[in-house]
Amino acid sequence: MSLMDILTIVVPSTLLWAAPLIFTALGGIFSERSGVVNIGLEGLMVIGAFTSIVFNLTFFDTFGNATPWIAILVAMVAGAIFSLLHAVASITFRADHTVSGVAINLLAVGLTMFLVKQIYGKGETGIISKGFSKIDVPVLKDIPVIGEIFFQNTYWTSFVAIIVAIIAWYIVYKTPFGLRLRSVGEHPMAADTMGINVTKMRYLGVMLSGALGGIGGAVYAQSITSNFSHATISGQGFMALAAMIFGKWHPLGALGAAIFFGFAQSISIIGSSLPFLKEIPNVYLLIAPYVLTILALTGFIGRADAPKAVGTHYIKGSR
Amino acid sequence: MSKRLTGILTPIISVLLGIIVGTIIMLISGYDPVAAYTALWNGAFGEVYYVGEVIRQFTPYILAGLAVAFAFRVGLFNIGVEGQFIVGWLASVWVGVAFDLPKVIHLPLAILAAIVAGALWAFIPGFLKARFRVHEVIVTIMLNYVALHVTNYIIRNVLAAKSGDKTEMIHESASLRSEWLQSLTDYSRLHWGIILAIACCFIMWFLLEKTTRGFELRAVGFNQHAAHYAGMNVNRNIILSMVISGAFAGLAGAMEGLGTFGYAAVKGGFTGVGFDGIAIALLGSNTALGVFFSAILFGALKVGALNMPLEAGVPNELVDIIIALIVFFVASSYIIRAFLDRIGKKGVK
Repeated sequence: MSLMDILTIVVPSTLLWAAPLIFTALGGIFSERSGVVNIGLEGLMVIGAFTSIVFNLTFFDTFGNATPWIAILVAMVAGAIFSLLHAVASITFRADHTVSGVAINLLAVGLTMFLVKQIYGKGETGIISKGFSKIDVPVLKDIPVIGEIFFQNTYWTSFVAIIVAIIAWYIVYKTPFGLRLRSVGEHPMAADTMGINVTKMRYLGVMLSGALGGIGGAVYAQSITSNFSHATISGQGFMALAAMIFGKWHPLGALGAAIFFGFAQSISIIGSSLPFLKEIPNVYLLIAPYVLTILALTGFIGRADAPKAVGTHYIKGSR
Repeated sequence: MSKRLTGILTPIISVLLGIIVGTIIMLISGYDPVAAYTALWNGAFGEVYYVGEVIRQFTPYILAGLAVAFAFRVGLFNIGVEGQFIVGWLASVWVGVAFDLPKVIHLPLAILAAIVAGALWAFIPGFLKARFRVHEVIVTIMLNYVALHVTNYIIRNVLAAKSGDKTEMIHESASLRSEWLQSLTDYSRLHWGIILAIACCFIMWFLLEKTTRGFELRAVGFNQHAAHYAGMNVNRNIILSMVISGAFAGLAGAMEGLGTFGYAAVKGGFTGVGFDGIAIALLGSNTALGVFFSAILFGALKVGALNMPLEAGVPNELVDIIIALIVFFVASSYIIRAFLDRIGKKGVK
């Protein structure tokens, strides 16, 4: 097997697994940059995956081939609405952010499985008839070498994810909104003094994370699992959280980390069909994202510092 | 309203709110709440067999709850109970399978293995927190997944009989099972672990409330800087609290490994015991007695839920929803307290 053959298998697979992580990790960035810890990313992905699959199954006859894309939008809205629970609890009711996030995860799984049983009368949904399928990107696919590796047998969602990451970077670092978002997460009192509505910014941050987490779940369900059950989302949300930290709360850093984790995930699955990789027990690949994140936090791979005010409540008038 | 009364009322109100919202959800989705709650009750206490199962279920719950609560009291959030639980489970089974010893030595050794494994697994985040100021929440979450994958790998490649997905049964000499307890409860899977769990409640209470070490640990939990200024070694206490917390969690794993199942199997995902432990600790206000009672509640809910689809046709996930809501309400207790305060003040006027 030549290097070229290997790359044409590994690269599209990596991008496939990375796409949901990219979306969700970006969501985490918006939330944490505004100062709200979001352990609930996993639960938000569950909601997104559930919504997209149910929508896809129900409305395929109406929307035809556009269904997966519309399902993503619906999942985005569902995620944003569901994340309001986290926002209300952790911002308005001053709940511990981590505890509220844990509750989000528990609630998402309970609620969706309850609904699945109620709607379908069994523990899982049917298989969707139209998910995201492999495509060749027009024009770009004809570029020699690069075209074959990056733009053939790949998925639109991966490219959308990369573009969204660049947009997120622009929003967070180059717009007034991004500046306000970051200031609220670094020093809410200073931000408040400058006339920024801290509560509003934090609600927006959490809802953006809900929307992006919903998208992430929808992309995962419609391109990888094709149905919804209790095991559809099993750790992707926490891996996205890891990508966010490994990427040092920076959209492009998270993009890189998510692609790397996507690579580790895809290798742990397709690795057995590749030479030299099948020698490595895949347990190393499975735990790599988590171990690397711990090392990154410890400072062995550059210092990763969270936004200053993350996890704290801003109570007007208190010092 | 006195602080003590508010402290007791808040969890009770949270549970009631959780049940009320659960009822509303059932009404909206067209189920009969009365039938559902009757089925829940019957499934938990209707027969002596179910009672035995409830006790079996809340045995690891008590320990998982204690694990979370102990760390909480020292100001640490141990989300890694799940991972420490899995590691402890595997360690106990490993010792249970690998050795042939008289029961007096074998059983304590297997239990000790679980405790040590859990404690070591929790030492990592404790050490990283103390040495590098790394937030324990993230590290413990990451270690949960590492534990899951590594234990699966060990079971598959080292312990499983002929490329199977689970280990052999542990030897009788390492088992917590008891024919007598089983026959008492119509052959449920009740085992001796409950005694250990109750003893641990006492140990936690005694350690935190009655010893100098416990005073130090709590002082660090209240205010690290003040504790440091008073000459206490904050870092050592942080590590110690994580280690003790992990020891409880590992012991919880032994309950499953040596008591309920007698083997360890490859897991597709988390067992949920560690996460339920968070809910249990929160509801029990992080005290030994509170954890004990809320573990009973959660054990009854979980076991009783299994009867709901059979008797009332309601998906048992409803109970998961209720548990999640209870966590939400306890976490948001600021608003409940504010409400109680207002009522209290009106009463005085």
